[in-house]
Amino acid sequence: MRKLSSLAFIVTTAAILSACSSTPVKVAEPAKVEERQIEAKPQPQADTRTVAPVETKSLDPLDDPKGVLANRSVYFDFDSYVVRDDGKPVVENHSAYLAKNKARSILIQGNTDERGGAEYNLALGQKRAEAVRKAMTTLGVSESQVEAVSLGKEKPKATGSNEEAWAQNRRADIVYK
Amino acid sequence: MTTMKKLNQAILTATLALAAAGAQAQMRIEISGVGSNQIPVAVAGFADENIAPQQISAIIKADLERSGAFKLIDAGVITSMNNIDYGTWKAKGADALVVGTVAKSAAGDYEVRYKLFDTVKQSELSQLNVARAPQFTRLTAHNIADDVFLKLTGIRGAFSTRIAYVKEYDKRHYELLVADADGEGEQMALRSNEPIISPSWSPDGTKVAYVSFEQKKPVVYVQNLVNRARTVVANEKGSNSSPVWAQSGNKLAVSLSKDGHTQIYTVNADGGNLKRVSNSAGIDSEANFAPDGSIYFMSDRSGGPQIYRMNADGGDAKRITFTGNYNISPRVSADGKTLAYISRRDGNYQLYVMDLASGQEQRLSDSTDDQYPSFAPNGKYIMYATQAGGRKSLAVVSVDGRVKQRLTTQAGNIKEPTWGPFMQ
Repeated sequence: MRKLSSLAFIVTTAAILSACSSTPVKVAEPAKVEERQIEAKPQPQADTRTVAPVETKSLDPLDDPKGVLANRSVYFDFDSYVVRDDGKPVVENHSAYLAKNKARSILIQGNTDERGGAEYNLALGQKRAEAVRKAMTTLGVSESQVEAVSLGKEKPKATGSNEEAWAQNRRADIVYK
Repeated sequence: MTTMKKLNQAILTATLALAAAGAQAQMRIEISGVGSNQIPVAVAGFADENIAPQQISAIIKADLERSGAFKLIDAGVITSMNNIDYGTWKAKGADALVVGTVAKSAAGDYEVRYKLFDTVKQSELSQLNVARAPQFTRLTAHNIADDVFLKLTGIRGAFSTRIAYVKEYDKRHYELLVADADGEGEQMALRSNEPIISPSWSPDGTKVAYVSFEQKKPVVYVQNLVNRARTVVANEKGSNSSPVWAQSGNKLAVSLSKDGHTQIYTVNADGGNLKRVSNSAGIDSEANFAPDGSIYFMSDRSGGPQIYRMNADGGDAKRITFTGNYNISPRVSADGKTLAYISRRDGNYQLYVMDLASGQEQRLSDSTDDQYPSFAPNGKYIMYATQAGGRKSLAVVSVDGRVKQRLTTQAGNIKEPTWGPFMQ
C-alpha cells in the first residue's frame, strides 16, 4: 500500500512538475528581424579573361557597301543602247545574285541626257533598260524578277549642260525592290 | 502706342495689297510681232467697271492686243451704250467700237453688258449680257474678247480657253497647273515630288491625262479637275507614257513598253480595253489623233525619229517628214490641215508647221530648245515650251509665224503646255 501511495505521490508530483514546467509560457517577444536587402547573386568578379561570343547571320552581299553589288549603274555611249564592256561586270554580278536569290526583284531604270523631246527620250531610256534586262535574263535571271522602265531625261543624276553631265546621265540604274 | 499700332496695321495692309497684286500677275507676257492685217478697234472703259474685282476692259484689250489681229485705239470711258457717235470714232480711225457697263446685282453677281459697233456700217454688230459670281469676272472679259474676235475676224476666239502645264522647282518638286490662256488665274491640279510630263486635255475640258513618276516609273493617269478623282489608265509592266485623247473623249492612245519596246496602244478612259495599235520593230510613240480618226505619231523605224501617219487600226503607216533626221511631237490642227512638230536642225530644236496638203513646211520659232507644241482649239495659235537664259518658259506663236508671245514666271521652270478645248 505504501508502495502504491509513494507511486501515486511520484506520479502526482511528476504531473505537477510537468504541469509546472509547461505553465509559464511567456509570450516571447518577437524575434528581432534584421532589415536586410534581399541579396542578388554575388556580383561576378571583374573578369577580363572570359570571351562573350557573338554570332552573325550570313551577310547579304547586297548590303555590303564595299562589295561588287554596290555598283548598280551601267553607262552608255551617246546614241547607244548597247551595254559597254565596263558595264558588263555590273550586269553579271547582279545577275548572279538574282539567279541565287529568286525572291529578290529589281527595277532597271533607263535614263538619257537632257537633249531632245521628253517622250522620245523616255523611249530611248527604255531601250537602255531593256538592254540590261535582256543581258540579265540570258544570265539566268527570271523575267519575273526584272522590270525595265524608263525615267527618260526627267531624273538627271548630273545637272549641267555639258558632255560630262550628259555622260553621267546616259545610264541604267538597278534598283532593288 | 496707338500710333505704333496704326502704323503696323498700315504696313500689314500694304503687304497684303502687294501680295494680292503679285497673285494676279503670275505670268509676264512679252509680245512681239503683229498680224499682217490689223483691224483698228477702240475699246472703251466700261461704265462702273471699278466695282468688279478685275478691270474688264483692260482684260479685253490685253486679249485683243496679244492676238496680233487688232490695232487698239484709246477710247477713254464711255458711260452710255446708246447714242454712239459713229462719225467721231470713224474719224479716230476705229473700224469697230467696244463699250460696256458693269453693275452689281442684289445676289452679289456682276452683271456685264457689252456692245460691239461697226463704225463703218454705223450699226450694232453684237451684244452680250452676262451675270456671274465675282470670281468669274475674268471669264466674262475673255468671253467678250472671244465675241469681238469672232465678229471681226470670222474666227472663234480662244481667250476663254485654259491651258495646263508643268512647273518644276529644282527637279524636286513638280506641279501640274491650270490657268487661263493668258497665264492668269493659275490653279494647282497636282503637286508631286516626282516628275509629271505629257499632260493632255480631255475634249470636254474637265479632265487631264498625264504621266506621273510617283511610282518610280512612268504611269498614265487621268485626273478629273473638278472632283480630284484620279484613274490609273495604264500601269503595265515597263513604261507607260504619252497619253492623248481621242475626239470621242472615252478613249486615249498611250505608249507602252510592255511588249519589250515602246509601241502605241489605245485604252478606254477607265483603263479597260487595252489594244495594241502600232506594230514596228522600233520606237513608236507620241500618237496624236487627226479629226478623221487617223493617228499621226513619231517612229524611229527608219533610223532617227520621224513623223508618220497610220489608220486608226494601225494599218497603212506612211512617212510624213523627210527633212532633217530628228522630227518629233506631231500635233494636228482641229481642221486636220496643219501639222505642228519639233524638228532638230543644226543642233537646235525648233517649232515647225507643215501644210499637210502640199507638204510645205515653215519654221515658226528661232530659239534653241523648243518642245511640246499644242494648238489653240481655233487652230490659229500654237503654244510650246521654250528656254531662255537658263529658264524654261512658254511661248505662243500664230500659225503664220507673225505674232509671238512669251510667258514667263518669277519662280520655277514651266514646260509641257497643253491648250484646252472650247468650253461652254
